[in-house]
Amino acid sequence: MGERGRGCCPPMDLMRSEPMQLVQLIIPIESAHLAVSYLGDLGLTQFKDLNAEKSPFQRTYAIQIKRCGEMARKLRFFRDQMSKAGLPPAVRSATQAEISLDDLEVKLGDLEAELVEINANGDKLQRSYNELAEYKLVLQKGGEFFHSALSIAAAHQREYASNQGSEVESLETPLLSQQETAIDSSKQVKLGFITGLVPREKSMAFERILFRATRGNVFLRQAVVDELVVDPVSGEKVEKNVFVVFFSGERAKSKVLKICEAFGANRYAFSEDLGKQSQMINEVSGRLSELKTTVDTGLVHRGNLLQTIGEQFEQWNFLVRKEKAIYHTLNMLSIDVTKKCLVAEGWSPTFATKQIQDALHRATHDSNSQVEAIFQVLHTREMPPTYFQTNKVTTAYQEIVDAYGMRSSVWVGKGLREGGEDLVETASILAGVAKYQEANPGVFTIVTFPFLFAVMFGDWGHGICLLLATLYMIIREKKFYSQKLGDIMEMAFGGRYVILMMALFSIYTGLIYNEFFSVPFELFARSAYVCRDPNCRDSTTVGLIKARDTYPFGVDPAWHGSRSELPFLNSLKMKMSILLGVAQMNLGIIMSLFNALFFKNSINVWFQFIPQMIFLNSLFGYLSLLIIIKWCTGSQADLYHVMIYMFLGPTDDIGENQLFPGQKMTQLQFHPSLLQIVLVLLALVSVPWMLLPKPFLLKMQHERHHGESYAALPDGEESLQSEANHDSHGHGEFEFSEIFVHQLIHTIEFVLGAVSNTASYLRLWALSLAHSELSTVFYEKVLLLAWGYNNILILIVGIIVFVFATVGVLLVMETLSAFLHALRLHWVEFQNKFYEGDGYKFSPFSFALLDSEDE
Amino acid sequence: MYGFEALTFNVHGGYLEAIVRGYHSGLLTAADYNNLCQCETLDDIKMHLSATEYGSYLQNEPSPLHTTTIVEKCTLKLVDEYKHMLTQATEPLSTFLEYITYGHMIDNVVLIVTGTLHERDVQELLEKCHPLGMFDSIATLAVAQNMRELYRLVLVDTPLAPYFSECITSEDLDDMNIEIMRNTLYKAYLEDFYRFCQKLGGATAEIMSDLLAFEADRRAVNISINSIGTELTRDDRRKLYSNFGLLYPYGHEELAVCEDIDQVRAAMEKYPPYQSIFTKLSYGESQMLDKAFYEEEVKRLCLAFEQQFHYGVFFAYMRLREQEIRNLMWISECVAQNQKSRVHDSVVFIF
Repeated sequence: MGERGRGCCPPMDLMRSEPMQLVQLIIPIESAHLAVSYLGDLGLTQFKDLNAEKSPFQRTYAIQIKRCGEMARKLRFFRDQMSKAGLPPAVRSATQAEISLDDLEVKLGDLEAELVEINANGDKLQRSYNELAEYKLVLQKGGEFFHSALSIAAAHQREYASNQGSEVESLETPLLSQQETAIDSSKQVKLGFITGLVPREKSMAFERILFRATRGNVFLRQAVVDELVVDPVSGEKVEKNVFVVFFSGERAKSKVLKICEAFGANRYAFSEDLGKQSQMINEVSGRLSELKTTVDTGLVHRGNLLQTIGEQFEQWNFLVRKEKAIYHTLNMLSIDVTKKCLVAEGWSPTFATKQIQDALHRATHDSNSQVEAIFQVLHTREMPPTYFQTNKVTTAYQEIVDAYGMRSSVWVGKGLREGGEDLVETASILAGVAKYQEANPGVFTIVTFPFLFAVMFGDWGHGICLLLATLYMIIREKKFYSQKLGDIMEMAFGGRYVILMMALFSIYTGLIYNEFFSVPFELFARSAYVCRDPNCRDSTTVGLIKARDTYPFGVDPAWHGSRSELPFLNSLKMKMSILLGVAQMNLGIIMSLFNALFFKNSINVWFQFIPQMIFLNSLFGYLSLLIIIKWCTGSQADLYHVMIYMFLGPTDDIGENQLFPGQKMTQLQFHPSLLQIVLVLLALVSVPWMLLPKPFLLKMQHERHHGESYAALPDGEESLQSEANHDSHGHGEFEFSEIFVHQLIHTIEFVLGAVSNTASYLRLWALSLAHSELSTVFYEKVLLLAWGYNNILILIVGIIVFVFATVGVLLVMETLSAFLHALRLHWVEFQNKFYEGDGYKFSPFSFALLDSEDE
Repeated sequence: MYGFEALTFNVHGGYLEAIVRGYHSGLLTAADYNNLCQCETLDDIKMHLSATEYGSYLQNEPSPLHTTTIVEKCTLKLVDEYKHMLTQATEPLSTFLEYITYGHMIDNVVLIVTGTLHERDVQELLEKCHPLGMFDSIATLAVAQNMRELYRLVLVDTPLAPYFSECITSEDLDDMNIEIMRNTLYKAYLEDFYRFCQKLGGATAEIMSDLLAFEADRRAVNISINSIGTELTRDDRRKLYSNFGLLYPYGHEELAVCEDIDQVRAAMEKYPPYQSIFTKLSYGESQMLDKAFYEEEVKRLCLAFEQQFHYGVFFAYMRLREQEIRNLMWISECVAQNQKSRVHDSVVFIF
């Protein structure tokens, strides 16, 4: 790290990915664990799996991984228990005494056994407690039932007695009394009953089955228990009914018992005797309160245990995950035949060489190993992974570029409004992360992305709102980092620095467009225009005369609301879009030059970069030039006409549309319209220039290589890279037709793309227009309308609607759509000029990354 | 409306078809089976399964594992998936999905009734029941003494009630009667399911009739083989065959009179689709027949996924998963009992 980033000007780290090397580490087996652990702390090595053909449990350290898995399971068990008990694990406290894995394993085992035992005891107690509670309920409800039945029976008795007393002879009396005696003597004995509780949702079925099973020879009474009852078996709170079933006969009894069992109805003994009942109730209540205290002590004990676990939980959890990661990595190393050392291969950035050697040295030292680990660099033809060193600001931008390759359904799914088809197209052009060491568009994205966004989102009022929101996120950054955010919030937080820049640029473009929630302000000076007569209203520009100097910065506020506002702004924004587009596309092509120079690929310079530059600039560069001249001179020339007739009639006279002398070179008497003709010819020539030479040259090159196949092998990194650059024909057979078709497609794409991409940049104008029109509508049709009623209630409603519309539509939806369009302009129009993006990301083995991963 | 399913199928069935195809792609692959067969202990199996879709179901199991735990958790996954689909389904797909479970219901009823006959504990029996075939009052089955009671008490509330019309007798339950009851119920169930699929029409009818016909024929063969040497008369045997399938009706006539396995074989070899199954077996052997049938079934089930816009995929998926769980059970048992040489005897690969 020492020599880097210290000089007068910092190296442009982001421009190219870090130079990587394939390193081989030979580590003695006794220090391997420590070495990998230190490398994980360092986090700058990506290990290659050297045992890909072995299944997970055949590898060397499978047992250790299994042990870690087991410990992780115990920790999950603890976390479950803690969350059930409502104890959140403490935030990782200051580093406590280091604990070794073996000790931890024993400790976790002990704790688990203890917890399981406590739980089992607690469950047993809880169960008997619940049973008693149910019993109490049965006693109460059943008592009520028997009591009421008894009083009804007594009433009947009295009635009967009084009937008898009055000596009214009825026909039934003798029969009844006879029956009664019969009941008394024989049936009373056999009439049994069962009491208990049954879950309420099953009570109907229960009754039905009882009825069917005994052919109706039962008497069932149910009473609803109002509060929820804890079921002793499952421990869940359910609604239950108390029931009493009367039946006669032993067979019926066994049936009823079986049915009770089948329905999970808990049965409880019950005595008919009232005195016994109240005695039972007292007894049960006493035991209930006793049990309650026991259960409570158990819970407190358990709570204490969990508390102690909770204090160290995070530390243990991290340790276990770290160990597991270490053993996973060790499993990727191949073991030497002598079983004395492990051989690791992996990628690491070249600047990390010293750090890695340091780490290895420390590991050797700390583990008291006799033999030093060996570090050596291997030469390979494999393409190294792409690694950009980013910080918290640049990460988001780099991710925007990297996301180019991901099948990012998120973006496609959010294709809003007019962006719909474009985004589908965007999603179909896919590749990976930047190729190793190719020019990284991320550097430019940091500025161009927010800028293009702001062109579409130009309103300094809205910009300030965005700025406040993102400043809030940046200021509370530390707090947000530590907590889990929602899906959308996470995304916004991840891109907070992008949003910051977007907001700042929006304020800037908003000042240029002179819009503050669509209201213009005279910020920098008075408007340059005044009315010709003093009583004119502001609805027209015809009556205005220029009285002062031109408005110093941005659009003159006098344009706002005037009849010619739209034509003026449209013309301005349209031309501006084309200028920005041509500039960015030129930058893209120049980047391809950087790539070609870096990879020493002269074919790409001469037969790709140069004709592309000529083609683009002879047509659209010329257009841009005309636009600038028109702005500077105030000419009224029709640019459409110029551009169209440049092709249709290059020799024709362009008359009043001439912007500058020499545009047609008429006065030189040399040739009527030399400049335009030359430009068109250049453009035409550059097409075959792009198409034809490259495939043939590649073919020649290949044949030459083929002839030299026994010559000395090229050495040095450059040749490797140039080989990797056109690897399709470097090794592997050379398919001329394929190369040619590829080049044909490339050429057609570029030629058509030059036109369509330029047109595509007009979205800058379109979205900017949509944004300003929408905010005007909300301002005038909601806020001003409500203001006009002079009614406080309507005004409040109006303000609420305005605020919601501004936040919902303009600040959220418009931000999103402008973001997506800026993204598309970068991915498609800018990056397709130079970006290959077929690399793969450097994913080092690092403990710092463990934290962010979900289990 | 055959051929027009594509027009309207996705309105109701599209989402779930996508879901079931997603589930289908989660079935264990050849590489998975290869690795599983090399496992040394049940923990290895757990470790390997944790990299598959079963991972989340097994990860919280404490380490001394048992085969039953593995099977239970894997079944739990199937049940969860089934419940997810059932709650999302609309008519007639939900009825179709419910039909799939009736087979398990019949098995559960038979299991409980046989269990109580041999005086096992009801709770223990309930644990052995397949969770897909559970219904509310299943535990009450233990109360019944004969089939009439069984029907009147419990089954009248279940979807199985209509299938009982043929086997209501007042005879006491014994092993033989229960087995006859199971087969009668199965026959009625398969015929009902077959009719239902025919009513649905289209590709569903076409594919499901093929799958169900295979199932019916397999049962016919099994009934024939199992009833050899029992007191079951030819007419009774004939009555247990389902009234559809490739063997219906002439094959059934021949199967009904078979006296030993070679006669069954002779009868079956006249049917080209089954010829290949029987040619794999040597004469007089019936051990490997089950496996051969399972292999053929898996082949047919996999073919159901080749066509789109029909309900057969749901049936096929459930069956394939069950086969996979059977495979896992066999592998785990072999591993647990150190019989690794026999691992390949009963595993039917699903690809």
